[in-house]
Amino acid sequence: MTLTETPLERNCVVSGIGQSDIGRRLGRDPLGLTLDACYAAIKDAGLRVEDIDGLSTYPGAVGGSPGFSGAGAYEILDAMRLKVGFYDSGVETAGQLGSVMKACMAVAAGLSNHVLCFRSVWEGSAQGTGGRKASGALTQYASGSMEWLLPFGSASAANWIAMFAQAHMHKYGTTPEQLAQIALNSRKNAGLNPNAIYAEPMTMDDYMSARMISTPLRLFDCDAPCDGATAFIISRKELAADLDCTPITIEAMGSANHDRATWDQLRDLSRTIGADAAAQMWSRTDLTPKDVDIAELYDGFSILALLWLEAMQLCEMGESGSFIEGGQRIALDGELPLNTHGGQLSAGRLHGYGFFHEACLQLRGEAGARQVAKQPQVAAVAAGGGVTCGTFLLSTRP
Amino acid sequence: MPEPSVPFRILPELSDRNRHFWQGGEQGHLTILRCQECGYYLHPPTPTCPHDQSKDVAPEAVSGRATVASFTINHQAWIPGVEVPYLIAIVEIDEQPELRLTTNLVNCEAEDVHVGMPVQVLFEHHEDANGDVWIPLFEPTGGK
Ligand SMILES: [Zn+2]
Repeated sequence: MTLTETPLERNCVVSGIGQSDIGRRLGRDPLGLTLDACYAAIKDAGLRVEDIDGLSTYPGAVGGSPGFSGAGAYEILDAMRLKVGFYDSGVETAGQLGSVMKACMAVAAGLSNHVLCFRSVWEGSAQGTGGRKASGALTQYASGSMEWLLPFGSASAANWIAMFAQAHMHKYGTTPEQLAQIALNSRKNAGLNPNAIYAEPMTMDDYMSARMISTPLRLFDCDAPCDGATAFIISRKELAADLDCTPITIEAMGSANHDRATWDQLRDLSRTIGADAAAQMWSRTDLTPKDVDIAELYDGFSILALLWLEAMQLCEMGESGSFIEGGQRIALDGELPLNTHGGQLSAGRLHGYGFFHEACLQLRGEAGARQVAKQPQVAAVAAGGGVTCGTFLLSTRP
Repeated sequence: MPEPSVPFRILPELSDRNRHFWQGGEQGHLTILRCQECGYYLHPPTPTCPHDQSKDVAPEAVSGRATVASFTINHQAWIPGVEVPYLIAIVEIDEQPELRLTTNLVNCEAEDVHVGMPVQVLFEHHEDANGDVWIPLFEPTGGK
């Protein structure tokens, strides 16, 4: 397509990235983890703390399941003594990366020059051992969106997304062996990631013999709760040139949702989640899906990564299963390396931000043992699933 | 696999907006809010029709016939005290395309369930101090 106007996000770059220690159960103060990531990102951008004049985070200081939020916006504003022209948090947005989109908008609107974005989780420590519990806090009565789900024991995103997987298998013939490739690929890549939660090798037998969670999703189709924080600095492009940093260009972002905002009323349960957001993203750039060198696609459950491959137009609708058949195509040395750090399935549930972080590392050529050999220039990033989806296209283009 | 158990119920919080749905089973009817202007069924219920902004909306009984749109056999005990496995499904109500309910399938073997399977409503009565509730469940059309 021909773009008549330059999208506003093209005036923004990722000037810095940072991560705290990451572990299954670190037992550390989540505020401390969050601050570690934030200060690391500022340093990485070549900025001083007093240069930060914006803050954006997902989800903010909200309730929900234990460990879902490691720090709120107010906590970080105060703990770092920030003076900001814009600040925001929220959970009802275009996926976890909706917070990064709002940072771009704040820069584009002239409210800020350098916006600190963060996502912090401590679900590993907070949930302890004994398996995962229902989404959200269990109450005596079900209300809000859970009113229509909880009375039926449809208590977890695992159940809701299992039914997307079942619908996809029914409509397109996707097989459990194909689905397994998402988990196997992630585990293989995690073996090269020193920060990954699960790095020991996994075979198809290991995958198939693991216990069933909610058919057709098995244990290794579900991501690994962990402790850790990730932060980015979104900077005004013309200012980044003077910084000691390696800026990553934000080519385009997508936040659209044209479907029902519920988990069971979507117009097609097998439909590729996030397709509206991805279509909007592609309409905002002269790059095309053929230009994508690596894909970092949300895999809170394995099926979501399959659905994202279709939504991002990286394969044909309904063909994601055959696209990843055997796993060679999505391997580190394949034609479209996928979830190069191990995804949330094996590198830990850093909740959306981990994919964006990995995309920046790969584009900067700093991904260590797992660096894709043919230096990637364009990365497709997607986060979320169900009713909450957002996408980014990042590149090394000036 | 044993026949899926009926899960322990966390009951819905009743309100003026939803009472018709959760108590319609007392009369044996699946009851959905419907726009009296254009005939569109609204679910989850809203006080205004999204098509014509009519506020003339009222509960109406539907046939209770539906089709399985998707399903899952849940094996994980998300809720303490719940027996697993049990069958969760999304069913599409016959009266209107894409009008769906999350529910449990009962009176059927898990391995017999398939997308497209015709089902019919039945109700599970729960006494409660805040108002009795009739949970709409579904079983294969024509019984087991
Ligand atoms: Zn109407």
